[in-house]
Amino acid sequence: MEKKLIVAPSPHVHDSYTTTTLMRDVLVALVPALAVATVIYGIQVLVVTAVSVAACVVFEYVIQRFMLGGRPTVGDLSAVVTGVLLAFNLPVSIPLWLVVLGALVAIGVGKMTFGGLGRNPFNPALVGRVFLLLSFPVAMTTFPAPEGIDAMSGATPLAFLKEAVKNGQPLSELMPEISYGNLLYGLHGGSLGEIAALALILGFGYMLLRRVITWHIPVAVLGSMAAFAAILWGVNPDTYADPLFHILTGGALLGAIFMATDYATSPMSKNGMIAYGAGIGIITILIRTWGAYPEGISFAILIMNAVVPLINKYMRPRRFGQPAKQ
Amino acid sequence: MSQILIYTILTLCLLGVVAAVVLFFVAKKFHVYEDPRIDDVEAMLPLANCGGCGYPGCRGLADALVKQDDISSLYCPVGGTDTMKRVADYLGKSAPEKEPQVAEVRCGGACDKRPRISDYDGAPSCAVENSLYSGETGCNYGCLGKGDCVVVCNFDAIAVNPATGLPEVDAEKCTACGACVKACPRTIIELRKKGPKNRRVYVSCVNRDKGAVSRKLCTVSCIACGKCAKICPFEAITVENNLAYIDPCKCRLCRKCVPECPTSAIEEVNFPPKKEAPAGGDKGGDGVAVKVREQTAPKATSKTDGIPVGPVGGEAGDKAVQQA
Amino acid sequence: MLRTFRKGGVHPHDNKLSREAAIEVFPLPETVVIPLSQHIGAPAAVQVAKGDKVKAGQLIASAAGFVSANIHSSVSGTVVSVDNVADAGNIRRPAVTIKVEGDEWEDGIDRTGGFRKADPSLDGAEIVKRIAAAGIVGMGGATFPTQVKLSVPPGKKAEYLVINGVECEPYLTADHRVMLEMGEELLEGIRLLAKALGVTKSYIGIENNKPDAINHLTVLASGDPAIEVVPLKVKYPQGGEKQLIAAVTGREVPSGGLPLDVGVVVQNVGTAVAVYEAVVKNKPLVERIVTVTGKGLGKPSNLKVRVGTPVSSLIAYCGGLPGSAGKVIGGGPMMGRAMSNPDSPVTKGTSGILIMDGAEAVRRAPEACIKCAKCVEVCPMGLEPYILYKLGVRNLFPEMEEYYAPDCIECGSCSFTCPASLPLLDYIRLGKGEVMKIIRARKS
Repeated sequence: MEKKLIVAPSPHVHDSYTTTTLMRDVLVALVPALAVATVIYGIQVLVVTAVSVAACVVFEYVIQRFMLGGRPTVGDLSAVVTGVLLAFNLPVSIPLWLVVLGALVAIGVGKMTFGGLGRNPFNPALVGRVFLLLSFPVAMTTFPAPEGIDAMSGATPLAFLKEAVKNGQPLSELMPEISYGNLLYGLHGGSLGEIAALALILGFGYMLLRRVITWHIPVAVLGSMAAFAAILWGVNPDTYADPLFHILTGGALLGAIFMATDYATSPMSKNGMIAYGAGIGIITILIRTWGAYPEGISFAILIMNAVVPLINKYMRPRRFGQPAKQ
Repeated sequence: MSQILIYTILTLCLLGVVAAVVLFFVAKKFHVYEDPRIDDVEAMLPLANCGGCGYPGCRGLADALVKQDDISSLYCPVGGTDTMKRVADYLGKSAPEKEPQVAEVRCGGACDKRPRISDYDGAPSCAVENSLYSGETGCNYGCLGKGDCVVVCNFDAIAVNPATGLPEVDAEKCTACGACVKACPRTIIELRKKGPKNRRVYVSCVNRDKGAVSRKLCTVSCIACGKCAKICPFEAITVENNLAYIDPCKCRLCRKCVPECPTSAIEEVNFPPKKEAPAGGDKGGDGVAVKVREQTAPKATSKTDGIPVGPVGGEAGDKAVQQA
Repeated sequence: MLRTFRKGGVHPHDNKLSREAAIEVFPLPETVVIPLSQHIGAPAAVQVAKGDKVKAGQLIASAAGFVSANIHSSVSGTVVSVDNVADAGNIRRPAVTIKVEGDEWEDGIDRTGGFRKADPSLDGAEIVKRIAAAGIVGMGGATFPTQVKLSVPPGKKAEYLVINGVECEPYLTADHRVMLEMGEELLEGIRLLAKALGVTKSYIGIENNKPDAINHLTVLASGDPAIEVVPLKVKYPQGGEKQLIAAVTGREVPSGGLPLDVGVVVQNVGTAVAVYEAVVKNKPLVERIVTVTGKGLGKPSNLKVRVGTPVSSLIAYCGGLPGSAGKVIGGGPMMGRAMSNPDSPVTKGTSGILIMDGAEAVRRAPEACIKCAKCVEVCPMGLEPYILYKLGVRNLFPEMEEYYAPDCIECGSCSFTCPASLPLLDYIRLGKGEVMKIIRARKS
């Protein structure tokens, strides 16, 4: 036969997923939250997001092209995802030059230092956010009130509560002021991507449907948060907020669904994922309750990111036919 | 203010003293005696840690050299006889002697000599390809050209020539550590005596198919006709399993076999070009009976600018995979 | 709730193009090439020489060792040569080439059509003897000699016989058609196998994408309480021996163990039919059902082919190799072997010939691992393919053993699912082979 045939080892077919389609699905899942934020905070949301994405893409391209060498991989959309997630973690009123600085730290320090996609031990967007939070605390914690809503302006619900507890105000007096509906729809202060609880949950559903992620990490994070908060709440509802409040406020949903599930920085096995998620949930509540900051999920995720190699080493998947004792 | 400074300095000093005392006793308690000559011998070795001696790195060999009374079985192929002699003198033992060797790729099946009959699309590794099928050509024995040998070479001495698709050894850099010999899944590479003035004659083929079969697959394959064995005045050539082999210990480099080979499968290296073609010897398929390969001929300069090579550890490996 | 195995698995598009194509008898070729090694184990010892006249069904090579199988001529004619012939991968291996002359069969072979029940006086040992004589091997593709699987070593006991009608490989429909068209023969073969093993309960595992086969066999087996049809949820690699046992019986074969360690023996449906033909009709394994399929192929078919027939003639019969064809695969797309030589013969283990389009056949360029954990998720053996891959690329074979490379069943789910298109299985398979060598060297 004259025709030259192609020969390769099996398998000869491939699933339709590629890195790029997975990243695209993550972006699609982020769209509802972005839309809600735009409706609530106005067009500035899109400006911040666009600047963040553009900066991340440009930094990744430049670093890959001129410093690391090799083929630029910005086409895989991972830098775009990092850009959107970084923007989601910033207050809408942030100066744009800070956004660019955050992107530089996120991509330059958080990702490319370690060799690029898949090799970074810490979630790049969170590295950027935490850098900004520690360096520019005022700009990072000034949240404008959602347009036309008379909510707790200038502070997130978590900060509001923390302040109250500090002043010795019993929570049972304050809680009725907080509307869970507003929390669900995003009508409260916060970073631009974290406020719309319902939209984030919608994105979670989409990612599950497209099999981008599995349920393990988000459920473990939120479940452990809720369980821990419930215990505290049961002990003293006047100093500790209820579990639902914890889940709906701050970056809990954004962190659990989009940040903790970052592929490169989360464990590989199912039991590892659950341990990792539980760790994040518990550390978050610890920081929220006793830490200096009102919100702690970014720190919690970064701390657990550091533990991931250990989790991968010691929490391996159960092998088929593995002897019971080992 | 100055008080704080003083206290700080004092505390640090105290800590330092305490740590020093603790460390001193720990070092005494857990001291392991090691023959200091091991360090000296290690320093004499090339420190390439290639494993060509069979020990894990140069220190392993140094340890063995010091501890074993008879070191005639130990040899550092990289350092060669000179190094071994120095080491032996230092240790007061007799030096093992070996003639310098060089890796020789025994396949001449360049792209124009061996028609490609399929396209390989799997992982860029000879070992993977070899486990799958005969390779892109029909030859079951010849070089696959994916460069497993290139990847393992610590000395940058071997590179796949994109023009021929075959690896070429830089005899200057080759230390005969044998890493490529082990890496080649088809045992095409052989360590051969470097020879006087680097001159060598060898059969550049390892095909063990019958001549009628191998001839169809490749124009420069050994067809085991036995002509070389007949003409050899020193009985250096044997034909076994449909393949001729020149024993480097018996070969006197007379080169009578070279023009005799009907498929030009016998290679001679580093001989000066002959003034005239020998009469009657020209039976080669490509019309050139005497092929002279100069080591200085242009070739692929490094691992990276050739065709994609198999992946290796670390960053470079992942990149190689990406590029392939 | 349909049964399936618990851990891992993927869902490739099943593309069963030849589902409706009834089995056709493929015409006799002009020459056949019968390789001496069509099974796992020692190659058979050749019994004929050049120039000999042979009849169809005549023994031409006999089993050489415990794990080996007899080989019979599939045609009548003259032996043209006993020499090395290029196989599907162009590697030359010993084979007998026979020029076909007429179609004369060895005496004593019942070639009449129609179903006959087996002689009830046959005992297990006699059945195994006839199976060994007929040279039957596992016809799902693994080609393990069947009589070896039926020899239960002392100290072990078979409780169940599981018949593999899963056919989880996309495209392939040979087993499906066998179940539909040779149901009676299949059930009789199962009864014979059960008798040989001394088991009282047999299950036929069939994936739910073949409802007609499930219904057909359920009706046929309704009078026999010893045989039960088990519909299974569609999931690849359910046809893997260990996965099938887990799906049907819920038992897990221990790592490094055999199905008999949990009291189960698995046989393919094609094998069961071959057992029926060997025991009842005295017919050795000289022909098999082959699915010839592919998206670009004119007429995807299921053909009854004599062993030794060139693959290229099958392709020509089904509409010829399309111009756009890039790959010819012996077997299915997940585990089949790509051929570089389509003139190579159909063997006892050839369950299908799949033609893939050039564009579809070329792999995507690999990218960097993003640690998405999809390979870990889909691995049916609970391994960590991303680590094994990294170790394999670096030739760290002793370390691969610590990550249980020998447990790999080479199903290809990891490579199939990898979003970065890394050649995971290529290197795991390589490492598995090397680790097995290390283990063997340690044992001896």
